[in-house]
Amino acid sequence: MNSTHLNRRLFLQVNTASAAALSLGFLWPQDSMASNSTEVNAWIEINADESVVIRYARTEMGQGSRTSAPMLIAEELEVDWKKVRVVDVPAHENLRRKRAYGDMASVGSRTIRMSQEYMRKAGAAARIMLIEAAAQRWNVAPGECKAVLGQVIHSASGKKLSYGQLAADAAKLTPPKDIPLKDPKTWTIAGKPLPRVDITDIVTGKIRYGVDVQLPGMLHAAIAQSPVFGGKAKSVDSSKIDSRRGIVKVINLGEFVAVVADNWWRAKEALRDVSIDWDNGKNAAVNSASMMQYYRDGLTQSEPAVARNDGNTLAALASAKVIEADYYTPYLAHATMEPMVCTALLDGDKLDIWASTQNPESTLTAAASTADVAQENIRVFAMQMGGGLGRKSPQDFTRQAVAIAMQLPGKPVKLMWSREEDMQHDLYRPASLVRVRAGMDDSGKPQALHIRVSAPSIFSQLLRMPLQNGVDQQAVACFNDHPYAIPNTLVDFAMRSTHVPVGFWRTVGHSQNPFVRECFLDELAHAAKQDPLAYRLALLPDNEKANRDKGILQAVAKAADWGKPLPSGVHRGIASVDGYGSWTACVCEVSVNARGEVKIHRIVIGIDPGYAVNPDNIQAQLQGSVVHGLTAIFWGEITVKDGRVEQSNFHDHRMMRMNEMPKVETVIAPSGGFWGGVGEPAQAPLAPALGNALFAATGKRIRSLPLKNHGLSLSKA
Amino acid sequence: MKLLVNGKSHTLDIEPEMPLLWALRDELDIKGPKYGCGIAQCGSCTVLLNGEPVRSCSYPVSSADGQQVVSIEGLADKGKLHAVQQAWIDHQVPQCGYCQGGQILAAVALLKKKPKPTDQDIDAAMTNICRCGTYARMRTAIHAAARQAGGKS
Repeated sequence: MNSTHLNRRLFLQVNTASAAALSLGFLWPQDSMASNSTEVNAWIEINADESVVIRYARTEMGQGSRTSAPMLIAEELEVDWKKVRVVDVPAHENLRRKRAYGDMASVGSRTIRMSQEYMRKAGAAARIMLIEAAAQRWNVAPGECKAVLGQVIHSASGKKLSYGQLAADAAKLTPPKDIPLKDPKTWTIAGKPLPRVDITDIVTGKIRYGVDVQLPGMLHAAIAQSPVFGGKAKSVDSSKIDSRRGIVKVINLGEFVAVVADNWWRAKEALRDVSIDWDNGKNAAVNSASMMQYYRDGLTQSEPAVARNDGNTLAALASAKVIEADYYTPYLAHATMEPMVCTALLDGDKLDIWASTQNPESTLTAAASTADVAQENIRVFAMQMGGGLGRKSPQDFTRQAVAIAMQLPGKPVKLMWSREEDMQHDLYRPASLVRVRAGMDDSGKPQALHIRVSAPSIFSQLLRMPLQNGVDQQAVACFNDHPYAIPNTLVDFAMRSTHVPVGFWRTVGHSQNPFVRECFLDELAHAAKQDPLAYRLALLPDNEKANRDKGILQAVAKAADWGKPLPSGVHRGIASVDGYGSWTACVCEVSVNARGEVKIHRIVIGIDPGYAVNPDNIQAQLQGSVVHGLTAIFWGEITVKDGRVEQSNFHDHRMMRMNEMPKVETVIAPSGGFWGGVGEPAQAPLAPALGNALFAATGKRIRSLPLKNHGLSLSKA
Repeated sequence: MKLLVNGKSHTLDIEPEMPLLWALRDELDIKGPKYGCGIAQCGSCTVLLNGEPVRSCSYPVSSADGQQVVSIEGLADKGKLHAVQQAWIDHQVPQCGYCQGGQILAAVALLKKKPKPTDQDIDAAMTNICRCGTYARMRTAIHAAARQAGGKS
C-alpha cells in the first residue's frame, strides 16, 4: 500500500477552487502531507526524515489546545517534540473515517478532559507497535526494548532503529488491545510550559482565519437581519444600488436580506441603501423593563421545576432566622473580534465550506440540511477563529452562507457579518434573576438554603431539547451541585424564555451563578461576623470534591497573603467555585474612591485542573479569563428597546483595554487524579471575589451587574 | 491610484472613499489587517502609513495614494523577524491572534518614537482591543523588545 497517496487523497481531495486556495496557504498548516510518510494510526504519521505529524481534531480559537492535545499524544509516543508538526483534521475526514477522531467541537472546555484518554492511547499504541516492529526485526522480545525520543533501543545489545525506519512495518501490525498509559509524574513533554505551535504564523500574519478565505472568483455577502428578533422582510427595494459598481445580486430570504458584491465593503455600503420593509411582529413591543417584570414574576411562580431537593428546605426556612437577597445578571454579547463568517461553494451536488466554526461536524450537518446535499458530498474546512467564546458553535451563519451560495451556484461566496449585525443578532448569555434565602442557626451557619432561578433556558430555546424534569442545567449551574454542608437545600427553576435568542457564552451558567452563590455566602459570613475564608472552610464537608475546594481556596489565599494587613483603604474579597471539571478560587484587592472609581490593586486567581498539560497556556487562559470577566462585570449588558438590541458596536458596548489591565497573579495547582478544563472555569470566581471586595471596601452589597449601573467605574491600572 | 504595500507597488482603479482596509483585503489579498468594528474603535485593522499607525477601516484609500503602507505581513525584514515579533513569540503573547497584527504594529510604532517606553507610554499608545485578554503579556513583550533593541545599539 502506498500510504503517501492514500494520505494525500484523504486530505487533499481538492477541486480547482480549493486547490488554488491551498496554494494560497489557507489550510493550516500549508503543507499537510510529506511525500514519504506512513500513517501508523489515525492520529500519527511518521516520515522517513523522522519528522512526525500529529493530527489535531478540534478547532482553535486561542484556547491553545492545538498545542496541548498533541502534546499528550507525543508524550506517549516518545518522540522529540521539536520534530512534531500538527495538522488539523477536517470534519469530512472524520465522517469518512466513521468518527475515528471522536467529537470535534471546541466547547465546554472539553478538548483535554474529554479526549485525553483516547489521544494518549493513540500515542501509546503507536509506540507499542513501533517497539514490536523493532523486536521482530531483531528477533528479541518487545519487553527487552524501549522507546526513547523517536528511537527503539534494544538495551542488552545497544541496537537502535529510528521510528522512520520502523513506521512502515509498525503500521502493518495489529494494534494492541491492552494499552497502559504513563504515570503523569514521568511526563517529559506534557506538563511542561511549551510554546504554542501556531504563534509564529500569527505574529507574521501567515495564519488564515475564516475572514481571510480567498478563492478564485469569490464573491462577498453582507446581510441585514430583522432588527426585531423573529421579524421578516416583507419587501425589498434595491433600485438605488442595482447598477452600482461591483454589485452582483440582492437576495431576500425573509429572515435576512443579502447583498452580494465583488468586495465586502461594496456589499455592506450598498446594503445601507437597500430599502427593506420589515414585518416586526408582536416582539416589537418588548423591552428590558417588560422582560424584567417577566423574570420577577418567575420568583414567585408556583410549581417550578426542581433541580435539587435535600431535606425539607421550606419547612426549615419557616422556623429559622432568614437572610434573603435577589441577584440579577444581564444578557451579554460575545463580541468575538472576528464576526461570524462562512464561505460556501455549491458546485452541482458538491458543497465546500470554509468557516470559523467551533463545531465543524455541526457545520457539516447544517450545510447538508440547508442545501439538501448528501453529507458525503460536503467538505468542511474549519479555519483559525478570531475568538469563539461559545458563539461559533451554533451554525446560523453557516445556514445563511449556504442559502446565499444556493442562489449563486458554482460561485464561492463569503458571508461576513458586520460588527453591528454581530452585536444585534448574537445568541446572548441569558439574563437571570435569582432569589436566595438562607435559614440561619445560632452559630451563624445556614441550615436551609432556597435558590429560585428565573431565567431563559439555552437548552430549550437554542437547542430545542426537552429539559429533564423541566430543569436547564446551565441555568442552575453551581447551585444544583454546591459543595457546602447545608442539610436542607432546594434549588428550583422558573423557565422564563423571551424572544431574545440565547446561547452558550464563555463559562455559560458559571459566568453568572457563582456571582450569586459566592456573594450571598459572603453576606452570610458577614452576618455571622466571621472571616469569609474561615466561614467557607468550615462549611465545606470532608469529601473528595469539597476537599479540592479547600485545596484551591487555601492555595490562592496563601498566595494572596489572606489575613495579612492591607494598606489603608484597600480591601479584599474571596470566592471559590468548581466548573468544567476544575476547581478555581480568586482573591481581589480593591479600593474605591469618592467618585466610585474602583482601583484593582491585585487579583490572585487559581485553578486545580487535575493535570496541567501546558502550564504556560493555562496561565494565559487565566489571564484572559480575568479580562473577559472584568469587561462583563464593569460594562457588559445587552438591553432591549422596541424588541431590538440597543447596543451596536464598541463605542456603546465597552471593552476593557490595556490601560485598565490590573495586576493578575496566577496559581496553577494540579492535584492529580482527574482531568479538568481550563478555558472557561477561571472566570467563575472572579465576579464574586470582586463583588465581595467591593462590599468590604464600601459596605455596599452589589447584587446586580454590570457595575457601571451602580456608579462604579474601573480606574486606570 | 498607487499603493506601496510592504515594498511592492500596486495600481488600483477603485473608489477613492473605499477604506484602505478593504483595498488591502479584498482588492490586493493582503489579509493581515483585520476587520473588527469598521469605526476605528478596536484597531484590528491597524497598518503603518509612513511609519505611523492608522486604523485602516476608517481611512480612505485615496489618502494613502502613493504612500508607504506596511501590514503585518511586511514587518519582517527578508525573513528576519522584527524585535517586537520575536518578543511576541518569546512571551507567547497571542491567543486567538486576530488583533495581534494590529497590536504588534502599534507596538512597533511606539518603540520607534519611544525606544524605552514607560508603562504610561504603553498605556497611551496601545489602545487596540484584545478580547482574549493578552494585555499583560503584551506589556511584558514590549519592554522585552525595548531591551533587545537597546542591547544592540
